[in-house]
Amino acid sequence: MALLQISEPGMSAAPHQHRLAIGIDLGTTNSLVASVQSGLARVLDDERGRALLPSVVRYRADGRIDVGYDAQARQNEDPHNTIVSVKRFMGRGLADLGDPGRHPYKFVDAPGMVQLATAAGAKSPVEVSAEILKALRDRAERALGGELVGAVITVPAYFDDAQRQATKDAARLAGLNVLRLLNEPTAAAIAYGLDNAAEGVYAVYDLGGGTFDISILRLTRGVFEVLATNGDSALGGDDFDQRVFCWIVEQSHLTPLNAKDTRLLLTRARAAKEQLTEHDEARITALLSTGELVDLNLTSAVFNEISATLVNKTLAPTRRALRDAGLAPEDVKGVVMVGGATRMPCIRHAVGEFFGQTPLTNLDPDQVVSLGAAMQADVLAGNRAQDDDWLLLDVIPLSLGLETMGALVEKVIPRNTTIPAARAQEFTTFKDGQTAMSFHVVQGERELVSDCRSLAKFELRGIPPMVAGAARIRVTFQVDADGLLSVSAREQTSGVEAAITVKPSYGLSDDEIAGMLQDANAHAEQDMKARALNEQRVEGRGLIEATRAALALDGEALLAADERAAIEENIAELEAAMAGADHHAIKRTVEALNQATSEFAARRMDAGVKKALRGHKLDELSL
Amino acid sequence: MDFHANHFQLFDLPAHFRLDADKLESAYRKLQNEVHPDRFAAAGESEKRLSLQWATRVNEAFRTLSKPLARGAYLLHLQGIEAFSEKHTSFPPAFLMQQMEWREAIGAARQARSADALDRLTRELRAEARRMEEQFAAELDDRQDYEAAAATARKLKFMHKLIEEIGDAQEEIENA
Repeated sequence: MALLQISEPGMSAAPHQHRLAIGIDLGTTNSLVASVQSGLARVLDDERGRALLPSVVRYRADGRIDVGYDAQARQNEDPHNTIVSVKRFMGRGLADLGDPGRHPYKFVDAPGMVQLATAAGAKSPVEVSAEILKALRDRAERALGGELVGAVITVPAYFDDAQRQATKDAARLAGLNVLRLLNEPTAAAIAYGLDNAAEGVYAVYDLGGGTFDISILRLTRGVFEVLATNGDSALGGDDFDQRVFCWIVEQSHLTPLNAKDTRLLLTRARAAKEQLTEHDEARITALLSTGELVDLNLTSAVFNEISATLVNKTLAPTRRALRDAGLAPEDVKGVVMVGGATRMPCIRHAVGEFFGQTPLTNLDPDQVVSLGAAMQADVLAGNRAQDDDWLLLDVIPLSLGLETMGALVEKVIPRNTTIPAARAQEFTTFKDGQTAMSFHVVQGERELVSDCRSLAKFELRGIPPMVAGAARIRVTFQVDADGLLSVSAREQTSGVEAAITVKPSYGLSDDEIAGMLQDANAHAEQDMKARALNEQRVEGRGLIEATRAALALDGEALLAADERAAIEENIAELEAAMAGADHHAIKRTVEALNQATSEFAARRMDAGVKKALRGHKLDELSL
Repeated sequence: MDFHANHFQLFDLPAHFRLDADKLESAYRKLQNEVHPDRFAAAGESEKRLSLQWATRVNEAFRTLSKPLARGAYLLHLQGIEAFSEKHTSFPPAFLMQQMEWREAIGAARQARSADALDRLTRELRAEARRMEEQFAAELDDRQDYEAAAATARKLKFMHKLIEEIGDAQEEIENA
């Protein structure tokens, strides 16, 4: 129910509890969780006062799992079982990784998404990410002292559908209710824009540990509108470490390294890169397991030289985004820098030069995304009054299309289309009596199917036999507010309907998620039941609260007496179920109440739309 | 408000090619404020579904009306004319000649890797597209000459394709 409509002008706001919602920045290198309390967004620290959680997970042979600093401390001695930068593998197959030899892991090829062999068995990147999210969820629950209604999880704007779906699956696996997947630069723009009352066109340049995003936004009072976004989902601070690592190997004439030495030198390379943020040179020393000693001096000049192509690699997407927005660099009022990697002087210099202005670095590039996510979570949870919130209009980063004859791509929804969006296209049969048709859904900008990412393949069966060209098969693409795609196909002429909704092939089914949850909680079945019950009660309470508020506002005007009585009855049934301990019963009655209010919801939506336009007319009169 | 109202009715605007962009924008934002899924993140399933449908509908309507070519084609569609149906493939010879000249110029600039020449061509083509849009407006709003307008729409579409090609060429040069 529309909680945000509770405080319409002239109406007193129905009292309701502050709902606990969090924003999570699930980063390649570090992750953070933040929340809005008493109107202020703040990052939640761990028990030792640290804001960052290193995105590192270590699997031990005895089944124990370390996350964060504890795992990070062991990465050099236990490189195979200590997973760092797992975000780079989200929604990716083995073939996507380029040279797997540059990672100290044992990869297992699995359909859809690569897995990593550890002492505790093969783990998918979704499971590894879920461990990080669980640690953040626990931290938030401890700090906030209550049940969370949900979380906003940020993703790189340039993440494709596979990567987004994987992120959402990880959140579900971690027991989080995902209020929204939010693009990282958009989150940063919210935090920056609200803090600085910014108006006009802004660019957000976001170079994280493993991903690069550039977003161009128009900020006006109460609206954050993404005009265009672009990026590279496999380019980040890690790559600068890699360049230094390669330089070390080359300079020291090292022979092929084992996993431990690779990890050690990568750690040293990163330390040197960070050293160069404040200093002109960095000394690199390491004693390898072979007895070889590395002792080098890296200067800024050399570092800039070996990383120049990486810096340039961020400028091409920046130009594309500006062109898609129909703007020139001088149209941009400010450039917000996000991501730890933007601390590098060479990046700041290149961005400043490109936009002809000093980039804005007055906010903590590590924290700003999580703060923006927390602010959005606060809005989505319904904690803000309608005249005190904002509207976010985001876009899809990559075009979505279908394979056609000759392995070519027919674009159905072009990149930078505002979401949610839907587009339909009609196809027909090419053989007499054809009863099935197959579809291949792809994402990307290139013309050839082989150059784009394959998202899903599915078949529409049961088309009634007709002469070639007589069938009318309508394929509909729907992208929701999380940027996630679903596709359906329907034969129109015969009256016989056959429809299918696909989830991308890498996606986990609800059953798989349930299975994984069960495995993870095998020793804690009681605990899981308690959690399920609690979750259902939270949902039930929310629904009752929202329904009552809606009834109080619009029940009189939009419902007949018997209709209202039917809804009240469903509320009573849900309340009765909530008093018991059967979470299935609560779920059933929640669904029943949802069902019972669907017509009411439709009328309220119509009324809302009419009201919006009436307001519009009043504005015209007052001009 | 009927979910199936046409795009102009949805935003409470007159069905004209010449429209007040500020009014469109403001009506769009007001409607999205009301129906966007972010307003229903804490709502029940039925409201979430409705919100997704409405917000999608409002985005589609806004996208169509905010772009001149799409808006004109939509006005023609409301008149029962599909400007881009496959029946219409013929163009006046003079227009085709002009197209070929532009295409050659783009090709030459691409070969010469001349960003300046491409910029010049973009400006020239945009100016020509604007002239066509004015003609389009007169045909649609003043003379109600829909057949002529449909022909103009097809020409405009060609212009957009050319401008897109220049963008691709520019990207090629920048990223080389």
